[in-house]
Amino acid sequence: MELKPIYKELNIFSQCKRYGLPLWQCPQFLFVVMGIFTIATIFTSYALGARYISDPQIVILLVFLITAVLFIISFIITQSFERLAEASRMKSEFINIISHQLRSPLTNLRWAVDLLISGDLGNIEEKQLEFFKILKENGSRMEELISDLLIISRMETEKTAPQKTEFSLEDLVNELISKARAFAMSYNVEIKVETARNLPMLFGDVSQIELVIENLLDNAIKYIHPHTYSVGVGVHPVGDIVSNGVKRDGEIKISIFKKDKNIYFEIKDNGLGIPKEDQKYIFQKFFRSENARRAQTQGSGLGLFICKSTIENNGGKIGFKSKENKGSTFWFTLPLRNY
Amino acid sequence: MKTILFIEDESALQRTFGEFLTKANYDIISALDGEVGLKLANPPAGGKKPDLILLDLVLPKINGFDVLMALKEDRETKNIPVIVLTNLEGIEDVNKAIELGATTYLVKVKYSPEEVVKKIEKVLINE
Repeated sequence: MELKPIYKELNIFSQCKRYGLPLWQCPQFLFVVMGIFTIATIFTSYALGARYISDPQIVILLVFLITAVLFIISFIITQSFERLAEASRMKSEFINIISHQLRSPLTNLRWAVDLLISGDLGNIEEKQLEFFKILKENGSRMEELISDLLIISRMETEKTAPQKTEFSLEDLVNELISKARAFAMSYNVEIKVETARNLPMLFGDVSQIELVIENLLDNAIKYIHPHTYSVGVGVHPVGDIVSNGVKRDGEIKISIFKKDKNIYFEIKDNGLGIPKEDQKYIFQKFFRSENARRAQTQGSGLGLFICKSTIENNGGKIGFKSKENKGSTFWFTLPLRNY
Repeated sequence: MKTILFIEDESALQRTFGEFLTKANYDIISALDGEVGLKLANPPAGGKKPDLILLDLVLPKINGFDVLMALKEDRETKNIPVIVLTNLEGIEDVNKAIELGATTYLVKVKYSPEEVVKKIEKVLINE
């Protein structure tokens, strides 16, 4: 007889892992807690009954009644939690499946538009090109949204521990900057990096940290200035930042240094900034600040939520300071490995 | 002219990316499912064997992982470089494909068709 499946069924930790919920929200764990509570109540009510009620038959009846009521209550509670947990698991699974299914036709669409834009199928007029670009841009937006949803769904369902390895944050940042160089140039943005000498290696999940830096860098470039941004009367071209009527270039400064037992990463831009009243919501899912929406910059409102969850999952902290029309500084820390 | 076997169940993508491959001067053999893909990878005597295989993972009949495993187990096809071109991006999928012998793993959504063509060129040069 195979004991492994029986053990798996009895192991509440593996049962709870299936739902991707913390232990105290897990129906199986709740069932065990309610069981212990019921047993404790049986003994307590028996002790109290035996002390104050002389007829043993009434004591037994009372204990039996209390046990039955508690049993029904615990059954109803655990059943409700199980239904909720199952619904939550199915929701995440649904997002996961749908996201994959949606991606394929979107890739087809984007690649087909790329083919049309390339002009290999015949010359295209300027007006047609403009609309092909709108198609491509919106396809990419949807792909980005789906990717973010997938990341969140994975984060919520799998709750996987980071796959930690030793890596150089400085090398990773430089690699990501060189990838983003063309994107930054299209926004007329200059990226500067300042790193302390002899930075220690970090011990963490490279792919997760890469995702965070990519998001922060992408935001810093995008929100330096949207492709067309109306300030008062008139529309300004790519990368022009207009602040109090003065035009200035986009600039991003990245600093990395050691601070106590952490590595400190900071990315500073002189872009749109975040209005004071929006700042408390900035790490919430799907939140986009009023000025970012007004400026028609692309974004799903999920990037910073992902950054916060990821950094915290890797044992670090994340924060920012920002002033509207002056710029923002986002930072995060990651703990150094204890040798 | 190098020959590429493109195993992909999305006919629209076959058609679109096929144009890019043709433009880059490649000969294309298409398969819309894993079973046909495996047959075309190892044609009977006289048939043209592909120089490279572009493989999707979510495929009807035989899925991409099983196709990859079969390709790498067959003496006739094990040396053909396989580029996985998919929209699955879970780390477990990437690791599994690389362990099974894929040369490169590309997530469609992250690349433009031109970039995929460049990757193909690079793999063929290295081979």
